[in-house]
Amino acid sequence: MSVRRLAENQPASFEFTAQNKAWLEKQIAKYPDGRQASAVIPALWQAQKQNDYWLPKAAIEKVAAMLDMPVIRVMEVATFYTMFNLEPVGKYFIQMCGTTPCMLRGSDEIKAVLERRVGEQRHVTADGLFSWLEVECLGACCNAPMVQINDDYYEDLTPQNFERLLDDLAAGRPVKKGSQAGRVTSEPGPRSLTSLQSFYGADGISGPLSDPARK
Amino acid sequence: MTKIVIDGTELDVPADYTLLQACEAAGKEIPRFCYHERLSIAGNCRMCLVEVKGGPPKPTASCAMSVKDLRPGPNGEPPVVLTNSPMVKKAREGVMEFLLINHPLDCPICDQGGECDLQDQAMAYGVDSSRFHENKRAVADPYIGPLVKTCMTRCIKCTRCVRFTAEVAGTMDMGAMNRGEDVEITTYLESAMTSELSGNVADICPVGALLPKPQNFQARPWEMNKTQSIDVMDAVGSAIRIDTRGREVMRILPRVNDLVNEEWISDKARQIVDGLKRQRLDRAYVRVNGKLQAASWSQAFAAIAAKAQATQGARIGALAGDLASVEEMFALKMLVESLGSQNIDCRQDGVKLDPKFGRASYLFNTTIAGIEQADAIMIIGSNPRKEAPVLNARIRKRWRQGGLLLGLIGEKADLTYDYNYLGADPAALEQFASHGAIQKERPMFIIGQAALARPDGLAILSLAAKIAKNIGVVKDGWNGFNVLHTAAARVGGLDIGFTPGEGGLDAVAMTNPGALDMLFNLGADEIDVAPGAFVVYIGSHGDRGAHRADVILPAAAYTEQTGIYVNTEGRVQYAQRACFPPGEAREGWAILRALSEALGHKLPFDSADMLRAKLEAAHPHFVNYDHATPADADALVAGKGGALEARPFGRVIDDYYLTNPIARASAVMAECSAVASGAHAHKEAAE
Amino acid sequence: MLADKDRIFQNLYGYGDAGLKGARARGAWDNTKGLIDKGKDWIINEMKASGLRGRGGAGFPTGLKWSFMPKPDPARPSYLVVNADESEPGTCKDREIMRNDPHLLIEGCLIASFAMGAHAAYIYVRGEYIAEREALQRAVDEAYAANLIGKNNIHGWPFDLYVHHGAGAYICGEETALLESLEGKKGQPRLKPPFPANMGLYGCPTTVNNVESIAVAPTILRRGADWFSSFGAKNNAGTKLFCISGHVNRPCNVEEAMSIPFRELIDTHCGGVRGGWDNLLAVIPGGSSVRCVPADQIIDCPMDFDSLSKLRSGLGTAAVIVMDKSTDIIRAIARLSHFYKHESCGQCTPCREGTGWMWRVMERMVEGRAHKREIDMLLDVSKQIEGHTICALGDAAAWPIQGLITHFRPEIEKRIDAYTARAAHEPEIKRTAAE
Repeated sequence: MSVRRLAENQPASFEFTAQNKAWLEKQIAKYPDGRQASAVIPALWQAQKQNDYWLPKAAIEKVAAMLDMPVIRVMEVATFYTMFNLEPVGKYFIQMCGTTPCMLRGSDEIKAVLERRVGEQRHVTADGLFSWLEVECLGACCNAPMVQINDDYYEDLTPQNFERLLDDLAAGRPVKKGSQAGRVTSEPGPRSLTSLQSFYGADGISGPLSDPARK
Repeated sequence: MTKIVIDGTELDVPADYTLLQACEAAGKEIPRFCYHERLSIAGNCRMCLVEVKGGPPKPTASCAMSVKDLRPGPNGEPPVVLTNSPMVKKAREGVMEFLLINHPLDCPICDQGGECDLQDQAMAYGVDSSRFHENKRAVADPYIGPLVKTCMTRCIKCTRCVRFTAEVAGTMDMGAMNRGEDVEITTYLESAMTSELSGNVADICPVGALLPKPQNFQARPWEMNKTQSIDVMDAVGSAIRIDTRGREVMRILPRVNDLVNEEWISDKARQIVDGLKRQRLDRAYVRVNGKLQAASWSQAFAAIAAKAQATQGARIGALAGDLASVEEMFALKMLVESLGSQNIDCRQDGVKLDPKFGRASYLFNTTIAGIEQADAIMIIGSNPRKEAPVLNARIRKRWRQGGLLLGLIGEKADLTYDYNYLGADPAALEQFASHGAIQKERPMFIIGQAALARPDGLAILSLAAKIAKNIGVVKDGWNGFNVLHTAAARVGGLDIGFTPGEGGLDAVAMTNPGALDMLFNLGADEIDVAPGAFVVYIGSHGDRGAHRADVILPAAAYTEQTGIYVNTEGRVQYAQRACFPPGEAREGWAILRALSEALGHKLPFDSADMLRAKLEAAHPHFVNYDHATPADADALVAGKGGALEARPFGRVIDDYYLTNPIARASAVMAECSAVASGAHAHKEAAE
Repeated sequence: MLADKDRIFQNLYGYGDAGLKGARARGAWDNTKGLIDKGKDWIINEMKASGLRGRGGAGFPTGLKWSFMPKPDPARPSYLVVNADESEPGTCKDREIMRNDPHLLIEGCLIASFAMGAHAAYIYVRGEYIAEREALQRAVDEAYAANLIGKNNIHGWPFDLYVHHGAGAYICGEETALLESLEGKKGQPRLKPPFPANMGLYGCPTTVNNVESIAVAPTILRRGADWFSSFGAKNNAGTKLFCISGHVNRPCNVEEAMSIPFRELIDTHCGGVRGGWDNLLAVIPGGSSVRCVPADQIIDCPMDFDSLSKLRSGLGTAAVIVMDKSTDIIRAIARLSHFYKHESCGQCTPCREGTGWMWRVMERMVEGRAHKREIDMLLDVSKQIEGHTICALGDAAAWPIQGLITHFRPEIEKRIDAYTARAAHEPEIKRTAAE
């Protein structure tokens, strides 16, 4: 990580949509009176989502005004937390986990795919579709290697299924979130349990508690 | 009190002491960077580590641990702290190494050199070579304002400056962006700091990261002579140290005075230094054919004497400005009275304060330190942030402690703390009076010059006094009635009665067309004198007063002569001479003594000491240097003075940075003024 | 192997219904009122008796922690804050609880809050867990709709539960940094004392617990302390979620009895080590912050707090990172050094300056571009960080490197020798900076 600064080119203004404003009011209500600063991370996050996944200066100032916080305190928060993108990202912003558990399972190969197809980190492809960043552990280590693309996790990656995933995204085809190897979550294998078999069967879908939707 | 054993010595300390304080009480020096006694505890530099016996096998940050949080031994033995054990030494050496790995080796070109905490402590805990073979961190130097230069490779992220602006200044100017090794101390997007106390961040910076920009590369601390003095840029009377090299004032720093300024000074007090060198009156002038021409002292005196002889006493007057010392005013008063005049005034702003209503009617009776005892403060016609920034920081300090009810009647402003706004005009004050008693033990009024420097000023003063008595602002054991002055000379002037005598004219009347034939102007630069009168200007700077003058007598500035100033609390303090006045300029008392002889009314003293002896004889409270003698509250004026006007209270300071001739001569203050007003592009070219 | 009936997280893999109906079918929210009616002292005593040690990594007894909360004071309301900032590399267990068994967590929040006199609780979910946060919020909404929680819920203890989230900062897993973050500030750990039980969220008494610690509480109380403490070795009671990642044939999360031998854990659930047991190089048994353990020491080690601590490692979050002999162990640890450098909050000197220094040296050691004397220097630097910082991140950054040097010094020296030899033959070798 290097020093994170605001993007050179900034929109002139930022305004929350009416829907997001209402949403933010609800967030503020979660905290005791006078503690509205607690909502700063959710507010910045919502601003970022509204603004194509990056956080402009005007949004930082807007959030500061809405939460009655000194703008410098909001700026501190925006630069401290690395999920706040201070510069534009691709339509599909790929955060590739490169920490040891993913590295052990082959994140180098995933990284090679990204370097070949997308280019350098923080660089947005000419079509605006992709940009990527190597990030630290995303907490899906049993499904390594994995990436997060915008809000969603894509797990159990191989160079092959990852390339396919990128192809599908680029072509606008629907993609499957989560495991790309057929696992539901972090069970030992696709439809293969070593525990909880008495509830779900060895395949997970044939037991008395199995969710019919999984069949 | 609780017992603690420090390096084998048992001592009693208050339970709420930190270990650092306890160690100091035991005479042990604890190195520190982030800890500052007037700021919150950050505990981040880790330099003050000590060993606590019986705790976890790791050192403890002594600044952040209370004595009461230590557990006694199994049989109730007092806790044992070591400040010089091998563990402590190793820990501090380790921290020092970490602080230095990314710190540049640029002490020879660093202005902090010689007064650098890091340099000093590296002598004790540093080693002579580095084990760090990686590249040193590259960092950008942000612009944070005209007064503070940044050199952030040197920054050790102690966050003192961040805490200062958040806690003391209250402007939230600075912050620590990013995280980890990329943490950067800066202002919001490199904007200029907005505080009137911003210069203090350079003082509290323990390294050379924040330095006073106007003093960039000018002097080394060991080259300078240090003179303890008093600031005159406002009526607070902050303790300062004037550092000079040869004849030149190089810088002004705060001194600690817990009763007044703690250890802060305002930006104006600190950085008018260049104003002491510019626009100086360094020789006498006489107006000839409408033009001021350089003259010798004797020529100037002759011109004055000629005019004085031709003028009736009642057509002569004397004005004193905001920077005049008590001695000068006392001498001028004697001189003008000897010429037969009662037209004397030090209130060039027309304020309706008068010594005849008693000292309590014009002092900040609660005292500045007393603000910390208050539980309610009503500010009337004042903007303490602009009029007395250091005093305002004291109000903010009290406000931060909680439980303070604050109100404002007057012009709305960002005072760095929240207040209830009650209105802008005298009617709001009347309405407030109707509320009756407030449920507070120690309420305060702070009445500013904006409420008093107007035709109904006396009516407002007496209304405020009446309310004060009614609602318990003034009562047995508590005098919460306070007048906040803006002029350093004012209280001293009122104390010696530099006000119109029987039938005399006040400042406004004296300056009206045709009111006088001759006016002695002792540095009054904030008032226009109508054409007509022959004006003798005695002052240090070529400002408004000098331009209007018919004769100019060049005088010393406050750094160039010893003089008494009485601050807004009534505290009698000495400004000490740090250097000599330029050219032919002389000390004010000496000028007046010489002039009196030329006028044939020789003043009865031959030295400053003799003059002060006379002063003390006439006004005994001047004997109590450095003390604010409490004034008798019973004499407080109430129920005097006429009708109230409907006009709202305005402001007395339009531009904080340009309130007096010295400040107006300062290019640094001009830049501050431009930055503050937004006229100045905030990003300067790379240096 | 732990019997399915003794597993607390019966929908760990999401093959069942995560909603309220499914949760109830698995026993959640069963007689919660009855548990609450037994009173807070009973709950706290039962939790103490169960021997549950905090599941977030430090292993502090949960019941004892709850008992630290002061008596309720209306001016300073008590809070429960649930630490769902699951960011320790290797750890991904709370994620499954939140998305597959959220009602156990919600029920646990109600009971724990009751036991410590709190009427409000916040669950701080790491920012990246967006789907998990939404799943949890759905469950919270369900619980409100069914009046299981809320101001006038059927359990008679007014209780509000809020889901909060972060935005990418490992340090917010440190409890006081989490509280700072929840208050809307940078996640920089606070000085202690005061501890959160006295001065926590908004300056009020607060207990911060890991998701798993809270989620197991209802089952412990329903089935009894004796049942829970019947698993695991003495002082290491209970069942535990293990996250096994790295070089096993089938990485997975699984709930097992504490003190299960490492070999049994891997063979039973993960299909063994990739390439067989002889191919095992080393294991990081408790998340990235603990020291690695070489194969021969770990194979038969019981997976619990005390046994692993005897190996100068730790159970931590029970995130078991397995490395086979294909692993470049120096690089594996160097990558962790990068992680800690990236995640240091920058507040205190040793961690801010030391993590970057250590990472740069580690990067050189991966190449072999170092002197052998720098190995001891690195160890010394790690010890200058360890124990000198405000929070434990400094320790966590130091320990992986200390483990590496303890167990794999010859490997580092070999790398240095190889580099030196190569450099002798190829004098033009490019000397790039570690950046």
